Amino acid sequence: MLDLRLYMIQRISALIMVPLVIGHLALMIYAIQGGLTAGEILSRTQGSWFWFAFYGLFVLAVSVHGAIGFRVICHEWLGLRQGLGLLTWSFAGGLAALGLYAVVAVT
Amino acid sequence: MRQRLWIAYLLHRLSGLLLVLFLPFHFYVLSLAVRDSERLDTFLALTGQPLVKFAEFGLVFLLAVHLFGGLRIMALEFLAWNETQKTLAAASIAISFAVATLFLLRAI
Repeated sequence: MLDLRLYMIQRISALIMVPLVIGHLALMIYAIQGGLTAGEILSRTQGSWFWFAFYGLFVLAVSVHGAIGFRVICHEWLGLRQGLGLLTWSFAGGLAALGLYAVVAVT
Repeated sequence: MRQRLWIAYLLHRLSGLLLVLFLPFHFYVLSLAVRDSERLDTFLALTGQPLVKFAEFGLVFLLAVHLFGGLRIMALEFLAWNETQKTLAAASIAISFAVATLFLLRAI
């Protein structure tokens, strides 16, 4: 690992996501029964503070977790040494922006 | 044993990479809910098709492998377990998790 702080954030964000992933999969199993439509999704999520918080947290955690993992891969497999900070921040920012836009779109 | 540990590391890393590359596409599709809900419905109708079911199976598998590989790493780092126990525990949980979830998803 490149940095102890990134290492700890990686692990903490992972632990935060364990219940979120399980919840997401449970919801998917429930939701796909009898087919899936935009209307069905939206009727559940639109205007819901709970789903906003749930998926908002999920997006933030995965953006951080994924960006750090991607950084490590770029360093160890591509030999990247310059611009790692920029890479990590822009990856996390891009993922978070796309994700939060989707969360707002459904809630 | 060393070979298996390397496979565990590689699976964990590759599953993470594939998942993180899948996410932007996933977020884009969901954002269609507000921008073009007809297109979203078109996408969702696709989820009935076998190829999509197979892709979903792949994603659930990647997620299970990544999650339990990660828990295995954290058990290694923070608990007083021995190596074999941890690898076997992670492997068995990952397989059963993936199978159970897939069964429920009716993708099989």
